[in-house]
Amino acid sequence: MIINSRFFNRSELIGFVALAALLFVILPLSLDVFRLNLVAKYLTYAFVGIGLVLCWGYGGILSLGQGVFFGLGGYCMAMFLKLEASSPENTKIQSTPGIPDFMDWNQITSLPLFWQPFHSLTLTILAIILVPGLFALIIGTAMFKRRVGGTYFAIITQAVAAILTILIVGQQGYTGGINGMTDLRTLKGWDIRPDHAKVMLYFFEVFLLFGCILLAQFIRLTKLGRILVAMREQEDRVRFSGYSVANFKIFAFCMAAIFAAIGGAMFALNVGFMSPSFVGIVPSIEMVIYTAVGGRMSIFGAVWGSLLVNFAKTGLSESFPQLWLFGLGGLFIAVVLAFPNGLSGIWADHVQPRIDRLMTWRKPKPAKAWTDSSVADGAPAE
Amino acid sequence: MLIGHQPKEFLLAVEALTVSFDGFKAVNDLSFYVEENEIRVIIGPNGAGKTTVLDLICGKTKATSGSIQFRGQELTRMKENQIVQTGVGRKFQTPSVFVDLTVFENLEISYPRGRTVFGSLAFQRDAAVRDRVEEVAEMIFLKDRLDTYADELSHGQKQWLEIGMLLIQDPDLLMLDEPVAGMSVSERAKTAELLNRIIKGRSVLVIEHDMKFVEDIAHKVTVLHQGQILSEGTMEHVKNDPKVIEVYLGH
Repeated sequence: MIINSRFFNRSELIGFVALAALLFVILPLSLDVFRLNLVAKYLTYAFVGIGLVLCWGYGGILSLGQGVFFGLGGYCMAMFLKLEASSPENTKIQSTPGIPDFMDWNQITSLPLFWQPFHSLTLTILAIILVPGLFALIIGTAMFKRRVGGTYFAIITQAVAAILTILIVGQQGYTGGINGMTDLRTLKGWDIRPDHAKVMLYFFEVFLLFGCILLAQFIRLTKLGRILVAMREQEDRVRFSGYSVANFKIFAFCMAAIFAAIGGAMFALNVGFMSPSFVGIVPSIEMVIYTAVGGRMSIFGAVWGSLLVNFAKTGLSESFPQLWLFGLGGLFIAVVLAFPNGLSGIWADHVQPRIDRLMTWRKPKPAKAWTDSSVADGAPAE
Repeated sequence: MLIGHQPKEFLLAVEALTVSFDGFKAVNDLSFYVEENEIRVIIGPNGAGKTTVLDLICGKTKATSGSIQFRGQELTRMKENQIVQTGVGRKFQTPSVFVDLTVFENLEISYPRGRTVFGSLAFQRDAAVRDRVEEVAEMIFLKDRLDTYADELSHGQKQWLEIGMLLIQDPDLLMLDEPVAGMSVSERAKTAELLNRIIKGRSVLVIEHDMKFVEDIAHKVTVLHQGQILSEGTMEHVKNDPKVIEVYLGH
């Protein structure tokens, strides 16, 4: 079993169990399918958040363009689903049956070459990982090998996000343009639209999310995780300890891109469409805000941040649509100024010590057992 | 010996090294040679280019022209991490340690294994690593602080930790930039003792202002002035060189 005492310390184990209980039991039992599907949508951003924790929180590389990778993953998935929804029988009223409807509207008469691999689910899954991974590798190599970092890197990622949006919107014959890819129906013949499918997809997504959490935690605990922290503080010292700083940055950036892409692919599946409004500058910044609110140093924090901010977004924008963006901006400023470690920082500094104290007062025996085990783990709680 | 034409094989051969920043030559046509197991101290007034020389050797600054040969390998064309891997270690003037990591983790990162991305993913903290880290921690007086975050160490302890990080790399050439600067008297004494112990079996290039310390350890002293060598030789020779006296005491 991977989840032994060394893999998670006590507070992380509690966080893991609490999150698992919430996502696997509490939410599915207490929410109707519509709301559960909303949670599934929120959780797609948690994948991005986990990547940002590694890349930004640990590695100190702030990417304001994660929407690019979210979008690439989402579009890869959507292209597969769109092709399946565009079978010759479904599209026999088109002038060219068998191609997606938006291509037909744009006078395209045959499926473009780069769409061909998306007939295959295996190739699609590979593309969801490889396309964003390779794209991040190219951007990362170009930037980090030239020692471009910090603000300049953040600005360039913004530019990439803007470019990709413009490209998608402009090439509407190949991408569906501003409307994106809509009317996605089946996955290998299995209808993704009815309620029971939505519930299944929700659970599948949560499983994937926990897979990503475990992978991120594994990376965090290796020497690579410590090198990321070291790099954030003293880049030169890492360099003069014999490491190629650029390669480690590229790795962190690629991992963040792949996590974001998995989130994007799950978005296309759960929400049933993909459009450029999830690729550009604004969604990219929102994704950073979710992570900052949750706590950029905490993998679980990123999940909580995505959930809570999006719940607030839905709640507020249902009642006060104009105020929401001000609220989000204010929240970001408040977090940066007052709680740089976000909700997880507040938890670790204020809530956890109180719980610890309560447990030692009320139940001396179990509390002692906890203390013993945490000392034995060599990882005492903060 | 492979190289026939050289009478003696130097560990480090710096030849005609020049670096100019916007026309200002911080190091100007500098040549010097360091032998195996030699302790060389570089002294000189502020702005003489001492730190720049170390920056050039370790690759932090790229030379405008000239050559730096280390064991016959040309360093000016290598990246910083490759230079480290050929056996050159560098300590910075201000302590640069990883404050969010523990003393143990700081030392472990410098352990010369698993330095690639995937190597570091597969890196295991085995007995060899643990023993070596503990051994070095004992040398740098931090054996009982292994689980302390480097943030909580005093200035002197941070300097020792950085020296320890270099020790774990086990470089053939150790470059130290003002290792006792900013230390208390007792810390200075301990550091001198530490340095005397660790310089055995390797060559050391030190920048230092503390003359007593220089006299204690130097085999040979190079005096830099305005990016050029003013004088070179034993401490005795350098001290009595009229050019040196003028630069240090004149005007």
